[in-house]
Amino acid sequence: MLEAVFWANAGIAIVSALACITRRSPVASALWLIMTLFATAVMFVLLDAHFIAVLQVMVYSGAIMVLFLFVIMLLNLGDQSATDMKGWFGRVVGLALGVFVMVELWVITKVVPVDQIRLPAGELNRMTVDEGAIAPVAQVLYTTYLLPFLLTAILLLAAIAGAVVLAKREV
Amino acid sequence: MLLGPALGVSAILFSIGVLGVLIRRNAIIIFMCVELMLNAVNLSFVALAQQLGTDGQVFVFFVMTVAAAEAAVGFAIIIAIYRHKETLDLQNLNLLRG
Repeated sequence: MLEAVFWANAGIAIVSALACITRRSPVASALWLIMTLFATAVMFVLLDAHFIAVLQVMVYSGAIMVLFLFVIMLLNLGDQSATDMKGWFGRVVGLALGVFVMVELWVITKVVPVDQIRLPAGELNRMTVDEGAIAPVAQVLYTTYLLPFLLTAILLLAAIAGAVVLAKREV
Repeated sequence: MLLGPALGVSAILFSIGVLGVLIRRNAIIIFMCVELMLNAVNLSFVALAQQLGTDGQVFVFFVMTVAAAEAAVGFAIIIAIYRHKETLDLQNLNLLRG
């Protein structure tokens, strides 16, 4: 049952991603990308990452994709008549390189470090049932990764300031 | 166990993102393909977190933060370029070409 849901969403994600890179209109591309992000969120739930799935829907499908659509609207790119695809030579080279990357990654996925597996099967699911969806993530985030977590706050502040400075007409 | 399938799907999604960056010329769509690649990497992080502990999910959290920051700054740059050149076609942005 779980596997069937997983494969269905994997199919939706892959088809939507292909539609995203082939649609001519940026708005259509953005909407297909949102579809991919939602399907990935479902896969996150099936992989026992409920909190990350919620974040995915809120941050990616919500905030970031709204930003994309907002910029497309602001620059008035909605109805592009001319395609921005490269010529057939560029497409063939792109396809060859894409297939090459996929083969490489496929080989890498086959060498999973089995001896380093720390959690027994179903352990994360049991932790989620016992402690809730957020506690297992927060436990690590606020202890082991406290300094990186605080640094992301500075990063976001820098990004806010940088975006304002770059987008202003007169600084 | 969904680890193998998840890593495979992640590889396919990442390659589609690479393909998109290679065949498109619109800056915004290339940006979307970069987000697609980040998302594929997140999927493999989550899949491995199921077996190696929740550290992987924390990394996904950081990747999302950096992606949000990157989107904000990237769009500011895109808007500045559009204001300057009136186009987002990367073929017309060739100031650095010798």
